[in-house]
Amino acid sequence: MALLLPGVGWLVLFFVVPLAFIFIVSLGSRDVLDRVSLASPSLDNYFKAFDPVFLPTFLNSIRYAAITTVLSLAIGYPIAYWISRYGGRHKVLLIILVMLPFWTSYLIRTYSWMILLRDNGVVNSILQAVGLTHEPIILMNTDVSVILGMTYGFLPFAILPLFVSIDRLDANLVAAGRDLYASGRQAFRHVTLPLTMPGIIAAALLTFIPALGDFVTPDLLGGPQTTTIAKNIQELFLAGRDWPYGAALGFVLMIVTLGGTLLALRTLRREVIGAD
Amino acid sequence: MTTERNRWLSVYALLVYAFLFAPIVVLIIFSFNSARRGLVWQGFTTKWYPQLFSNDELIDALVVTLEVAVVAVLVSTILGSLLGLGLARLRFRGRGATETLLLVPMITPEIVMGLALLLFFLQLFDAHGSLLQLWVAHITFCISYVAIVVRARAASMNPQLEEAARDLGASAWGAFRYVTLPIILPAVIAGALLAFSLSFDDYVVTTFNSGVGSSTLPLYIYGKIKFGVTPEINAISTIIVAATALAILAAWRLGAFRGEGRAVVDEDAPPA
Repeated sequence: MALLLPGVGWLVLFFVVPLAFIFIVSLGSRDVLDRVSLASPSLDNYFKAFDPVFLPTFLNSIRYAAITTVLSLAIGYPIAYWISRYGGRHKVLLIILVMLPFWTSYLIRTYSWMILLRDNGVVNSILQAVGLTHEPIILMNTDVSVILGMTYGFLPFAILPLFVSIDRLDANLVAAGRDLYASGRQAFRHVTLPLTMPGIIAAALLTFIPALGDFVTPDLLGGPQTTTIAKNIQELFLAGRDWPYGAALGFVLMIVTLGGTLLALRTLRREVIGAD
Repeated sequence: MTTERNRWLSVYALLVYAFLFAPIVVLIIFSFNSARRGLVWQGFTTKWYPQLFSNDELIDALVVTLEVAVVAVLVSTILGSLLGLGLARLRFRGRGATETLLLVPMITPEIVMGLALLLFFLQLFDAHGSLLQLWVAHITFCISYVAIVVRARAASMNPQLEEAARDLGASAWGAFRYVTLPIILPAVIAGALLAFSLSFDDYVVTTFNSGVGSSTLPLYIYGKIKFGVTPEINAISTIIVAATALAILAAWRLGAFRGEGRAVVDEDAPPA
């Protein structure tokens, strides 16, 4: 028990308790000096968060995260399949190569997309050199650059669980399907896909959650006109002064994230048990 | 037919790997371009690298980053290792809750964790921006990673080894020191390396919790790149990428990703 106490104590004191502070502050309001006032606690900030004026910010974050998730699954599934089926004894190395960019600084990886995407950047230079366009195409500070950056950033999160579940799949089951005259496509649709569904759910979750709360990508690649929940929170805290409202937004983001994760984990567990 | 499909899939795989590495490669290449502005290649140079060392602001930021990282690594490695060992060994009520407590910091959006600690320090101590605050913040987001790496290693260890040592007259401490610790040490070091790269890189949590004197390297870089791409930033970024990649490869060699990689790939393999 003595092994656990220091770590558990630390996490309770410096993680759980601070989270409670977010909730407490979110019930307050700001006084004339922009300080947090808890004189008359209320849920007003939460009503404000779902006010039609602010709703587009939420929807925009969800839209970015959803598109990123779909793209990551679509790009990630074939590569996970390839590593599992054709990776042979290099499987571990191939997976490490997927994860290596993820472990190098997220900030710097996002920055390197700025080098690629700006008006006189690498992508535009190539497009102009091969004559596809004469004027530079505006890529930076658009939805395209944000979604590209997020997909790049979170693709490794999708590939890993997809690989795990595809690799666990008993190839004999697919072969049996083929023996029973399923076409390659049918075997994939009725055998491989359902059996790797837990991996797909995990991959979707592991991409959607960080994309939803991402601050760096929309800020650096999206420019000032791109609004997301995380950017909104950051502005409320570091530039604007409405902390109680920022805390409410943070708390909502936290609940959505945790709720989504726990729900997906439960589905995952049921799927796995069902599959067994 | 099958080989045809394999070939297309292999080409596709190559493209995905190119997608994953191209931005980093481009960054490294441009850190050696002698042009101050723009993308035109004006010849190979290493001049941007020595220039970094005469940039006082950057050096100050680096020193703060290391001050934060070293303490964060030490404390989170100790607390995380104990947690990982405990979770691998002990059967107790509340085990599920403890595992959830480990998981939640990893899935909490960084921005939420950042502002939680900011509010905690401000409301409770009316303090903000001390080095102590950054230490607390970084230790908090590193603990879980260390614990999970160490737990994987400790769970694969034969508990009878320590019992055998006790039977042979070793004290509890002796058995830990001479049997358990050497076995889990690679995972402890791997966890420490992960913690180092997490701490060294962190931007979001740090931006909420740093003050005037505690600006770190990622904060310095962020401030600069908001105003565009410069060769100096390319050079410092290249150094950081190289340093973190080395740390991660070392952690991999020590088995940090065994749970993700080998154990999954090779389920029939005998436990190490």
